[in-house]
Amino acid sequence: MAEPIRLDYVVPGDDFTRAGEASADLKSRLKSLGFPPAAIRRAAIALYEGEINLAIHAGGGRITVALTPERIEMALDDEGPGIPDIALAMSEGYSTAPDEVRSLGFGAGMGLPNMKKYTDEFSIASTVGEGTHIRMAVLTAG
Amino acid sequence: MKISDILSILDAQLLTEGAGLEREVHTACGSDMMSDVLAFVKDQSVLITGLNNPQVVRTADMMDMICIVFVRGKKPDAGILALAEERGMAILCTDHTMFTACGLLYAHGLRGGVH
Repeated sequence: MAEPIRLDYVVPGDDFTRAGEASADLKSRLKSLGFPPAAIRRAAIALYEGEINLAIHAGGGRITVALTPERIEMALDDEGPGIPDIALAMSEGYSTAPDEVRSLGFGAGMGLPNMKKYTDEFSIASTVGEGTHIRMAVLTAG
Repeated sequence: MKISDILSILDAQLLTEGAGLEREVHTACGSDMMSDVLAFVKDQSVLITGLNNPQVVRTADMMDMICIVFVRGKKPDAGILALAEERGMAILCTDHTMFTACGLLYAHGLRGGVH
């Protein structure tokens, strides 16, 4: 079996206008690699929400993508403040985003729920004061 | 309807170049909250918004939308327009409020997507 294609991105923490560059790049690469359109859209939306979170909450972070014909795997790692109550953070409408973020069109408390909704596999681990680690996968046949 | 129809219904101004105005659009979404736009995958083609920042274009791009209408006369800056042009999106600007813009388009047959 061929080795997975690996893509690495760094999301800056100080420039909200650049959040979304990684997901836009992933989307165009998946298109040129011939992945199914529905899988591309789900993966791109989930990663975009993740990028926004990295920029808003975590002071930036790293994204690692691994591609095989069957799976689009995305790992998001940051060294931000962490999430004290993951169950609460996963509920729709819960947000700790400041008004400034809301004025930018985000912070509606839909980020993590959207990421889970659009992916086939989703896991999150977080330690307060150390950071958050998210693993997501979209199955191309799903 | 076509993007060119939206232009005339909303008495709007076209701010991008090179986007095909004869493309058909069937459904639209009106919101200032981008996470809400991202929450529902529907085959929508038009985003109507009063929010003015680059994430509007990125959100529309993720949803495969081809036209963004900025309401209340908001004019996106050159960076936002360049981002849209790279993606072949049409950017329109109208003086109508969000409510009126959505109402006019609905009255002319444009609909929200199906959940």
